[in-house]
Amino acid sequence: MPQVTSVVIGAGHSGLAVSKHLTDRGIDHVVLERAEVANSWRTQRWDSLRLLTPNWLSRLPGYSYRGDDPDGYMTAAEVTAYIEGYAKEIAAPVRAGTTVTAVRRTDDGYVVETDQDTWRARTVVVAAGGATVPSLPDVFEAVPDGLEHRVAAGSGEEGVPAYRNPDDLPEGGVLVVGPSASGIQIAHEVQASGRQVTLAVGEHVRMPRTYRGKDVLWWMDAAGVFDDRYDEVPDLARARVLPSMQLVGTPERITLDLNALTRAGVRLVGRLAGVRDGVAQLSGSLSNVVTLADLKVKRLLRTFDEWAETDGAELTKDLPPGEPVEPTMLPESVPLELDLRSGEIRTIVWATGLKPDLGFLTALGDLPLWDRKGRIRHDGGVVTASPGLYVIGLPFLRRRKSTLIDGAAADADDIVTHLAGYLAGPA
Amino acid sequence: MTSTETPTVDNGVNVGALLDARKALADAPEAAQFQWRAETEWIKGTHSRGTVRTFRGLGAEQEHVSTFTFDADHPEQFAAEDQGATPVEIVLVGLGACLTAGIASVAQLRNIQLRSVKATVTGEHDILGILGGDPEVPNRFTSIKVHFDVDADATPDEIAALVAQSQKRSAVYDTLTNPVPVSVDVN
Ligand SMILES: Cc1cc2nc3c(=O)[nH]c(=O)nc-3n(C[C@H](O)[C@H](O)[C@H](O)COP(=O)(O)OP(=O)(O)OC[C@H]3O[C@@H](n4cnc5c(N)ncnc54)[C@H](O)[C@@H]3O)c2cc1C
Repeated sequence: MPQVTSVVIGAGHSGLAVSKHLTDRGIDHVVLERAEVANSWRTQRWDSLRLLTPNWLSRLPGYSYRGDDPDGYMTAAEVTAYIEGYAKEIAAPVRAGTTVTAVRRTDDGYVVETDQDTWRARTVVVAAGGATVPSLPDVFEAVPDGLEHRVAAGSGEEGVPAYRNPDDLPEGGVLVVGPSASGIQIAHEVQASGRQVTLAVGEHVRMPRTYRGKDVLWWMDAAGVFDDRYDEVPDLARARVLPSMQLVGTPERITLDLNALTRAGVRLVGRLAGVRDGVAQLSGSLSNVVTLADLKVKRLLRTFDEWAETDGAELTKDLPPGEPVEPTMLPESVPLELDLRSGEIRTIVWATGLKPDLGFLTALGDLPLWDRKGRIRHDGGVVTASPGLYVIGLPFLRRRKSTLIDGAAADADDIVTHLAGYLAGPA
Repeated sequence: MTSTETPTVDNGVNVGALLDARKALADAPEAAQFQWRAETEWIKGTHSRGTVRTFRGLGAEQEHVSTFTFDADHPEQFAAEDQGATPVEIVLVGLGACLTAGIASVAQLRNIQLRSVKATVTGEHDILGILGGDPEVPNRFTSIKVHFDVDADATPDEIAALVAQSQKRSAVYDTLTNPVPVSVDVN
């Protein structure tokens, strides 16, 4: 049985960042990958997707964007090439085409079973992706037959294929469920294809693309908001389930908020709360949901301004003053019901979020590994119930930016530091 | 971004206890399962009296410190004796009370001193529905409006955020804006 000190599961940017830190510390390891490096970017993104983070904001340990458009936004193919380039440059010991099927504990570490070899290791770092399978809400089950379904991203789950592009949808109306990054982007391009889109809007994180002439994510980074720590943020449970930022990366740097969608012809309705007798029931809370998002984005921009007046004075001295936030417009009356049998809606796109698939850890048995929602319990990536086991790439793992490409460097450093300490044993 | 100041603000809400409860209940979700109860006894005509005394929660039977009663009736315009508020008005009272309690709690949490809070709740209602005069008209309110007058040591945006957050955490608001399965049976 092959043996290494550390097995890393998954060769996305997270697993590779961990690999780089392990190499730097001289810790021998392999990176087991079920498909190829950057598999998620090759197989789990719709055709037109670009990053919503600017090119420069993809810094990995010892690697960063070197092209001539630092403020642009990579396509999925460019991200794949970027991550592949990283794997080569750091000479990551990737075993492609190796699916981990079970992780088990032994007296002195772990056995990692795969569809190829079985590995022995003292430590295991799970970097299998925080957003790989769609989470479908319960109302999915109540939707009447006869409609087409797509999930926004991820692998096609529960028989629901993944959305690729508007041409892949039948003619006719489309209900997009969920107003976060994927939902707004898909709503926008499907509406532009001539299909009437209805967008069901629950809680969301509104963001302008730029503020005072700078990318809003430049502010998040520079003002330190992305670095907020998991052990300091006031409400971590909530921070970990916050929806993705309502942003799109386009060459024109457009802001794609609900007002932009309304102007494009998209019809906004409340959250999809239930389905009764084939009729979708839409929440009457839409006006409060948009008010909350408007107030929150104003608070965020004020945080930026406060930083600009203090620590950020030097960096921001030449920037123009802030633009006011346009209140989100809602029509006078918003429907509370949508008949799903009338033929008006032909397709539902479920942009309701993604979750990890860590089924291979269930072989660890009876440890208190999972919380009551089935999420893995960890303390900043350290799985305390199973010493020597780590996770990375989950929402707010250690920092607000933990799920972003740019968040992996610091998280991987912290985790590998802990792992090295664990290997060294009690001091 | 955490605040370590001791609160100097007092809205009469024990936020520490509420936060402790949230933490404790997250680890013991069974204890968070509450059942609220009201008994209604017919008196005469459209007049009835509701009584509220017990509830279940924190894993046990619980009791209010005293029994509360609520007379409900219909106004004289409905050829009734007007012995109490109409049930639809009681719904509005519930909504106003729930949002107002929420504002006080959120204000306490955010260290905002309230001086006065007043909610004016109005519900538009086409009664042809309940009278069976037009089958197209639903029985329910066609819309509900809540207007708040809040006087507090805070900016207008901070006050707007209190009001918005109280809706986000309001049981009555959620019950009114989202479908809830209701079952009714008889002995
Ligand atoms: C639609 C979408 C858009 C996003 N846009 C951005 C953005 O603009 N900017 C940004 O910074 N971040 C973005 N993210 C977030 C994040 O960068 C991606 O989710 C990214 O793919 C996460 O990288 P990762 O390495 O943690 O996981 P993944 O990229 O998911 O990598 C996990 C790897 O593990 C492999 N694997 C899984 N299970 C097994 C197994 N059992 N055995 C072996 N291998 C396994 C997978 O094949 C995969 O290659 C986006 C995410 C999504 C879903």
